[in-house]
Amino acid sequence: MATMNMLQAINNALDVKLAEDPDVLVFGEDVGYFGGVFNATKGLQEKHGLTRCFDTPISEGGIIATAIGMGAYGLRPVPEIQFADYILPAFDQLVSEAARLRYRSNGEFWAPLTVRSPYGGGIFGGQTHSQSPEAIFAHITGLKTVIPSNPYDAKGLLIAAIEDDDPVIFLEPKRLYNGPFDGRHEEVVKTWAGHPNADVPAGNYTVPLGKAAIVRPGADVTVIAYGTMVHVAQAGIDDSGVDAELIDLRSIVPLDIDTIVASVRKTGRCVILHEASRFGGFGGELSALIQERCFYHLKSKIERVAGWDTAYPHAFEWDYFPGPARLSEALKRSMEA
Amino acid sequence: MAKKKTPKLHLHIPVPAARPGDTPTFDHIPLSPAGQVLRPKIDTQEEQLRNFPYELIRVLDDAGQAVGPWVPKVSADFLRAGLRSMLKTRVFENRMFAAHRQGKTSFFIKSTGEEAISVAQSMALESDDMCFPTYRFSGWLIARDYPVIDMINQIFSNEKDPLKGRQLPTLYSARDYGFYSLSGNVGSRFGHAVGWAMASAYKNDHRIALGLIGEGTTAEGDFHEALTFASVYKAPVILAVTNNQWAISSFSGIAGAEQATFAAKALAYGIPGLRVDGNDFLAITAATRWAAERARNNLGPTLIEFVTYRASGHSTSDDPTKYRPADEAQHWPLGDPIERLKTHLIFQNEWSEEQHTKMEEELSASIRATQKEGEAVGTLGNSKPSVSEMFEGVFKEPDWRVIEQRREFGI
Ligand SMILES: Cc1ncc(C[n+]2csc(CCOP(=O)(O)OP(=O)(O)O)c2C)c(N)n1
Repeated sequence: MATMNMLQAINNALDVKLAEDPDVLVFGEDVGYFGGVFNATKGLQEKHGLTRCFDTPISEGGIIATAIGMGAYGLRPVPEIQFADYILPAFDQLVSEAARLRYRSNGEFWAPLTVRSPYGGGIFGGQTHSQSPEAIFAHITGLKTVIPSNPYDAKGLLIAAIEDDDPVIFLEPKRLYNGPFDGRHEEVVKTWAGHPNADVPAGNYTVPLGKAAIVRPGADVTVIAYGTMVHVAQAGIDDSGVDAELIDLRSIVPLDIDTIVASVRKTGRCVILHEASRFGGFGGELSALIQERCFYHLKSKIERVAGWDTAYPHAFEWDYFPGPARLSEALKRSMEA
Repeated sequence: MAKKKTPKLHLHIPVPAARPGDTPTFDHIPLSPAGQVLRPKIDTQEEQLRNFPYELIRVLDDAGQAVGPWVPKVSADFLRAGLRSMLKTRVFENRMFAAHRQGKTSFFIKSTGEEAISVAQSMALESDDMCFPTYRFSGWLIARDYPVIDMINQIFSNEKDPLKGRQLPTLYSARDYGFYSLSGNVGSRFGHAVGWAMASAYKNDHRIALGLIGEGTTAEGDFHEALTFASVYKAPVILAVTNNQWAISSFSGIAGAEQATFAAKALAYGIPGLRVDGNDFLAITAATRWAAERARNNLGPTLIEFVTYRASGHSTSDDPTKYRPADEAQHWPLGDPIERLKTHLIFQNEWSEEQHTKMEEELSASIRATQKEGEAVGTLGNSKPSVSEMFEGVFKEPDWRVIEQRREFGI
């Protein structure tokens, strides 16, 4: 057991898999010698060799296409896309190929890749280093989408994703890499040291895909979040004084519908929080599912707190970011109704 | 089984000539002596031009003389203006880089060592041509006297930011100066240059387009798609690769430089490909004029590779000593573009060290004063445009979502 930040936990998961499985390959823009622009792959080339962790041309479509080919051959590629905003040039490969290969070939070929990519805002990255594209992947049948919120989960989920035989989009909340950011941006930056989920066991362990975590049990309202927003939700709940139950989805596909339904049937109220813009966001799907399954238990309308329906604006980072204050207002609205 | 007759396969991973601690070398980069490469007529058939991607068009020799068939017709005033814009670009960028270190902005990117390309191309093309730049092209704006204060306000995302705080620092947009809107994703505007040029041709206009892309980004589909369209429609466009040897930490071999030059990508598309000394203001001017003349005369597109060197880190987020020798820049065989043009002008008796020092002092003072002016408006976080700007410009007319969300936000 060691205290790790999220980057170290991710690096450690890759290290464990590279060591135990010669079919695991790690590659992407700047991931080799340099170790990635966020250091997630630091030291892996030196330790495991040039052909196990290497740089690729700047071609996201090419990265994913070749990863699919390698996966079809029998390898377990773990490509990195430098920022989730830059997954889009690879979208066709993910949607028409990775997601469909098993189905259309009747199981003759499949694509067991894990696409790692930092996502989300809060770093003054502007329009193209801040987006949260999870909903567009959730919409694609055949893709799994995983989003950890702490170092322990990051390692366990990443190992589970790599060992999974289907394609997984593994979105890393970059604002959480070095500390559990809760949206209170004026405060001193916290580190992971001392956080209970920063104790990361050595070696191989998995956190199963499709199993949500109840971060905070509560009686009055269910709050659903993932990634950075888990920490923002905790802050918002603390501010509001409401006895909320906080669910960290950990993966949005597969989705732990049972945990969600059990919680909302208990509380009768629900607030959904995500950083991505609201319209067509994953909150819409969650809201529909809950309405379908918990309609007669609901005491108030389902609230969605999300980014505005604009691009991520550089100067207005904190006006855009759905912080604790907006969540706590939504909690009050949910409780008053 | 083939297994027995053939050797075991192995996976090739390119590695650069030198990493930190090694002695830098650029012996692998083929150079031609200045003045050696012929200058073909603009209507020369493409099949006669197929060796050009493996030559290097150079005008300025090591002594600072302009030699050979590519010497462009330019006045000393023109060259002094070019020198001034390059130096202004460098002074400006160094100050903004320092401003980032002082917490005045979130991000900055410099073009140090590559100023000749943006400045010479800006001066070689017409005011109504359109450039589709990379983020290393602020020299284009400076050469056209774009107000430096507007760049600084954009970099500080302050109340007077012409892009209303919506865009990352340095990702300018300046339509009136022939400078197309930049974005953080690399490569995606290369095809826009071709489309713009096709539109000009369709309208029987006289305007041409210039598209820029980094050598690393030639790996993107955007590059190849743009070349295909440019070739098929004989679009009046200049497509330029700035090969500065590095793409963040990845050397040019990761983009295919071990196998072919970037100019040679033109061969398969059947268009001329020139390889040009990117630190030679005169060679850039001459090659750009050649390609522009072809474009304006319905002779179609040209691909130009500018061979240069990224003398600084990738951006404020980068430390290049982590992946390349710290003294690599000193070994770069094509020198520094400002020094080279200065040497040439001095050689011609059109300039002096004293004049140069004076110009540098004057530019430093004026940029410093403009920076103060920007700081008086505000730096990142202590001044910003009205927050209503966050909701503007999504569509021409806001739809109900934005209207409702503005209300929810309280404005
Ligand atoms: C589509 C996309 N992929 C990845 C990135 C991240 N990125 C930003 S700059 C850069 C390197 C570009 O190198 P090059 O094209 O050689 O241009 P240079 O920076 O050297 O001028 C990368 C990979 C990006 N901005 N956009």
